[in-house]
Amino acid sequence: MTTAVTDTAASTTAQGTATNAEVCIAACADTYLESGEVLAHAVGLIPTIGARLAKLTTAPDLVLTDGEAFLMSEPGPLGKPASAGGTIEGWTPFRRIFDILATGRRQSIMGASQIDAFGNQNISLIGDWKKPKRQLIGVRGAPGNTANHRVDYWISRHSARIFVERVDMVSGVGYDRAAAVGDTLRFHHIGAVVTNLCVFDFDETGRIRVRSIHPGVDPQEVIDQTGFAIDVANVPETRTPSAEELQLIREVIDPRGLRAREVAN
Amino acid sequence: MPDKSMSAAEAVATIKSGMTVGIGGWGSRRKPMALVRELLRSDVTDLTVVSFGGPEVGLLAQAGKIRKLIYGFVSLDSLPLDPLFTQARERGEIEIEEYDEGMFVAGLRAAGARLDFLPIRAGLGSDVLPANPQLKTVKSPYSDEEYVAVPASKLDVALVHVNRADAQGNAQFLGPDPYFDDLFAMAADRTIVSAERVVPTDELLTEGSFHTLLFSRMFTSAVVEAPRGAHFTTCEPDYGRDEAFQKHYATAARDPEAWAAFEKTFLQTDEAGYHAAVAHFHETQGAS
Repeated sequence: MTTAVTDTAASTTAQGTATNAEVCIAACADTYLESGEVLAHAVGLIPTIGARLAKLTTAPDLVLTDGEAFLMSEPGPLGKPASAGGTIEGWTPFRRIFDILATGRRQSIMGASQIDAFGNQNISLIGDWKKPKRQLIGVRGAPGNTANHRVDYWISRHSARIFVERVDMVSGVGYDRAAAVGDTLRFHHIGAVVTNLCVFDFDETGRIRVRSIHPGVDPQEVIDQTGFAIDVANVPETRTPSAEELQLIREVIDPRGLRAREVAN
Repeated sequence: MPDKSMSAAEAVATIKSGMTVGIGGWGSRRKPMALVRELLRSDVTDLTVVSFGGPEVGLLAQAGKIRKLIYGFVSLDSLPLDPLFTQARERGEIEIEEYDEGMFVAGLRAAGARLDFLPIRAGLGSDVLPANPQLKTVKSPYSDEEYVAVPASKLDVALVHVNRADAQGNAQFLGPDPYFDDLFAMAADRTIVSAERVVPTDELLTEGSFHTLLFSRMFTSAVVEAPRGAHFTTCEPDYGRDEAFQKHYATAARDPEAWAAFEKTFLQTDEAGYHAAVAHFHETQGAS
């Protein structure tokens, strides 16, 4: 396993060691590296901080929302709507979100109750469609997001109950399903799956692979907590955030330390 | 111009068993709860409910009013799930058409435009299609692409709650998001508008710009003045969500005994009794 020696050393001297949550935030931010001027949609605290970090560092053209109806020209107060502070640069009520995503000018980090080796994601229900063992929230926008623009996933508790052989209801579309549909789904693009243990991406056949394992995580734990076969040989360590990134996370974006609620230190 | 103002009971009396009822708002936001509570008091049953679902879906499901639900999600926002709905679903009681949110909107737009369907890319490759075998795809006449043909969600009645309306049915939203209430109104044969306040037409612009006039009286059949009529969901800027009460609702919903007490206190009463019981709840809970 190779280690990003320079980055780790830089962050250690200036800001102390990055926490696991901060490593996850930087990995989420990296999903926006090549996005350009699109609407960043992020579900969950770590992805939200990640999108804001990207905006303040590598992806300055990103368009952020307050999670309600407003676009923010700079990150507003975390977890609060635009009315609590921040500069509004646009109005996007829910109806306009569907119009924007159909144009492709949007990129999401979503959660998943289940996800399989081809990136099929489920947030709808557990068990049988007709009489579910557990009804969850419903497919929401997952089918449309995965049909129209890049989607990444964030899993705060990596486990074999989430990474399963087959999801019970495909909400977000995976690579095998998209390939079967053909040209109409040519905008389908799943980038990465960031978890509290590692970062996955997808190989040229559309199958998930481990791209990096977070510092301090035992590769065997990643194998044990994943419900399908994965290869952890020769996998590098996930990069740690730079001193500048740590400072932005700790002092600007999340000074109250809310990130530790989603991923413990 | 006709005065369409009437009581909630008069308005809801026009809803018959077996009808398809669209409900405006989004999740636990600006839901026409006063009209829903009136519906709960009625003997109407066998409804097809079309909604971006919040607590109204749970309440109507628990009361046995829903035969079929067409939805993209059911959520209480600050609480991810509505226990009454998840329980009814897990008992297998309700027929379900579960759409992607964009598909859901396409169904409303199709109905408003008096089309059989609208094409959309969303849903392809997902299990939304196999789960809803009535859904068909349509081949583009211009290329090799094939889209989902979302059937029109034609509504017999739409129920929406807005901040202000005049007695003729011009409806105004003052909060940050109109949601899809105008699309519900256009997809419906009849729309019942409840409003925090019914004001004279020449006062509609005293609190908001002309951009806040969401839809015209052309689409309105009845106007009901219902102060705090969205409670316990949001009705920004008039009031936010009653989080303490929503939590009480969700907690009670998980326990049959507690739910019986909730029903007795808050639902087996009229609208004035409901609000009195809510006020009493806050006095005894010490929360607002």
